Amino acid sequence: MSPLAFFILSLVLFSLGTLAFLVKRDLITQFMAIEIMLNAANLAMIAASRLMASLDGQIVVFFVITVAAAEAAVGLAIILLIYRQKKNIRSEEINLLKG
Amino acid sequence: MSEYFWLIPLFPAASTFILVIFGRWLPKKYVSFQAPLAVLLSFIFGLAAFFKISRPGLEHEVASLSQTLFPWIHSGNFQIDFTLRFDPLTAVMVLVVTGVGFIIHVYSIGYMAEDRSYTRYFALLNLFTFAMLLLVMAGNMVLMFVGWEGVGLCSYLLIGFWFEKPAAASAGKKAFIVNRIGDAAFLLGLFFLIFNLKTASFPEINQALLEGKISPALATLIALLFFVGATGKSAQIPLYVWLPDAMEGPTPVSALIHAATMVTAGVYMVSRLNLLYSYSGVAADVVAVIGALTAFYAGTIALTQFDIKRVLAYSTISQIGYMFLGCGVGAYAAGMFHLYTHAFFKSLLFLAAGSVMHALSGELDMRRMGGLKKYLPITYPTFLIGAITIAGVPFFSGFFSKDAILTHCYAQGKYFLWLLGLCGAIITAFYMFRLIFLTFHGEERFSAEVRHHLHESPAVMTIPLIVLAFFSIVAGYIGLPVVFGHGLNLFDHFLEPVLKGAAEAHLSLRTEWLLIIISSLIALAGIGLAYLFYQKSPHLPHLLASKFPDLYRLLYNKYYVDEIYEAAFVNPLVKGSEAVYYNFDLPVINGAVNGSARTMNFFGRILSLIQTGLIRDYALIFILGVAIILGLVVF
Repeated sequence: MSPLAFFILSLVLFSLGTLAFLVKRDLITQFMAIEIMLNAANLAMIAASRLMASLDGQIVVFFVITVAAAEAAVGLAIILLIYRQKKNIRSEEINLLKG
Repeated sequence: MSEYFWLIPLFPAASTFILVIFGRWLPKKYVSFQAPLAVLLSFIFGLAAFFKISRPGLEHEVASLSQTLFPWIHSGNFQIDFTLRFDPLTAVMVLVVTGVGFIIHVYSIGYMAEDRSYTRYFALLNLFTFAMLLLVMAGNMVLMFVGWEGVGLCSYLLIGFWFEKPAAASAGKKAFIVNRIGDAAFLLGLFFLIFNLKTASFPEINQALLEGKISPALATLIALLFFVGATGKSAQIPLYVWLPDAMEGPTPVSALIHAATMVTAGVYMVSRLNLLYSYSGVAADVVAVIGALTAFYAGTIALTQFDIKRVLAYSTISQIGYMFLGCGVGAYAAGMFHLYTHAFFKSLLFLAAGSVMHALSGELDMRRMGGLKKYLPITYPTFLIGAITIAGVPFFSGFFSKDAILTHCYAQGKYFLWLLGLCGAIITAFYMFRLIFLTFHGEERFSAEVRHHLHESPAVMTIPLIVLAFFSIVAGYIGLPVVFGHGLNLFDHFLEPVLKGAAEAHLSLRTEWLLIIISSLIALAGIGLAYLFYQKSPHLPHLLASKFPDLYRLLYNKYYVDEIYEAAFVNPLVKGSEAVYYNFDLPVINGAVNGSARTMNFFGRILSLIQTGLIRDYALIFILGVAIILGLVVF
């Protein structure tokens, strides 16, 4: 399998994640879209690592996974608190900083 | 001891410092001890310095002490040091300020005993003494200006001492503002002087004048600017209006500041710069004319007033007019001599008036007095001595000094000013005895309530009166006129070294005698008239008042000068300020400030449209941004 396929898959996944983030309205789904984008990036990173015969890309992926885990913990906690406050998690209603 | 003469002003300064910082914890007894003591110490050191410079053998050189405490303003060639000087002119002023000042401090212990702000009062009185001593001991004009402003400040603080009384507060403000007008001119004069002579120290100014370094026209300008300052501080036409109002302050303050010392600062300044005034000539004439006019004019106002302190205030203005008249005709020594005797009898009169007020529970209106003679056995004779002295009855001190001024005036050929002075003298004698008769003689016009509280003042107040009365009588004998023999005028002789600009007076003995007899008769005539008007036939004043109602109203309302100033200066200023406020400040200045804020607000509002509060939008912008940057990097 040529590495190009992995890059194309990664690109497709990232675009889908972005699109989902932009069109979806509840925070959980948007959150999942972010996870998809992160993993698309991970995939591209590993493919590049293989292509260039270097471990650097894989090391970065470990960092990304760690950050994603931490982000999931904090992000979900925030969403939970928002739910407690507003009894919903619609992202367009979170607009306290509206100018 | 005399080498420590520079300590003279520092005693009251230290006392003020202590009273201001620790005053609230100090017991009243201690305050009454410390404040007069500080002035007494200054007096003692002043005496020591006086004996040092007046010792025989120094007569023909300028006997003076000088001490530079520290360098003050050094800028290139121009130098001003913090220099204190002690020469004969200073000696007279220092001894008057501290001597009379000490007596008034003692009197204040009794007069202010019941006041809540006892400590503040003495702190201010000491501060005033310090400022005045700085003024008279300054070795240059700039340092003198510090003292000059200092006494103005103390005057403001002491006139407004009872600041919870609106009249006192506004009188204080008036004094301050009117003084400031004069001070602005003084400062201008100072700038001209420094700019042209590159120095401000008195010996160097005199040196420059002797060498003729500046043109007479410039000297005239500088001298006149200084004199405007003097009219403010010394309450002469046209800036005298603050002094009568200053009577809102405590009476001992009126005695110390507004009679004996501060208001004489202008006379001192003119005498100090006697070379400048004589060099200019025109300026000296202006001083003489203003002095004579004031002496006469203020006297006429005093004729119709009923407030006991206001009569004294106008008489102060009038007497200072005499001093300026003396200085203006070149008789600086005579002017200073009158300053010196005036300090005694005017503070005596004020303190005695304070004693009368004290006895009558604060009554000031002479229409509600009368017949106090038998109730006030010490105040009455001392007041009478003061009145006799100021009226110019022969052989009292006021007679010698006023006569010296009038004689010089005549000798210089200024017959019109001499006549004005004589008219002023008869008026003075008249209104002083009008005051005596209205207050102490005749029927009792006060209420039974007041009579119940009527009492002579305590010894701490009456003893100063007696001391001052004594000096009012004898103080004149150190400056006897020439008719009693040559060389008897020790005062003139003592001041001779500093008064180089003085004019010579040559009159035959017969003329001198004639002048003395004329002024004696004038004084007695004034007293006689007062007796006729207020004792013999009391209906006469009413008759005159109803016969010349316009004149009477004019005098009673003080020539409407306050009203004229109000209309001519105060109102236009207020109106002008309002016009500027509404037409410039509000639209232009406020407009610019608010406009810039509004512009920022406007742009901020436009920019804030981007902040929709929707995460989606932010994400979209973010992605677009990334896309643009990527595009730039790749292509």
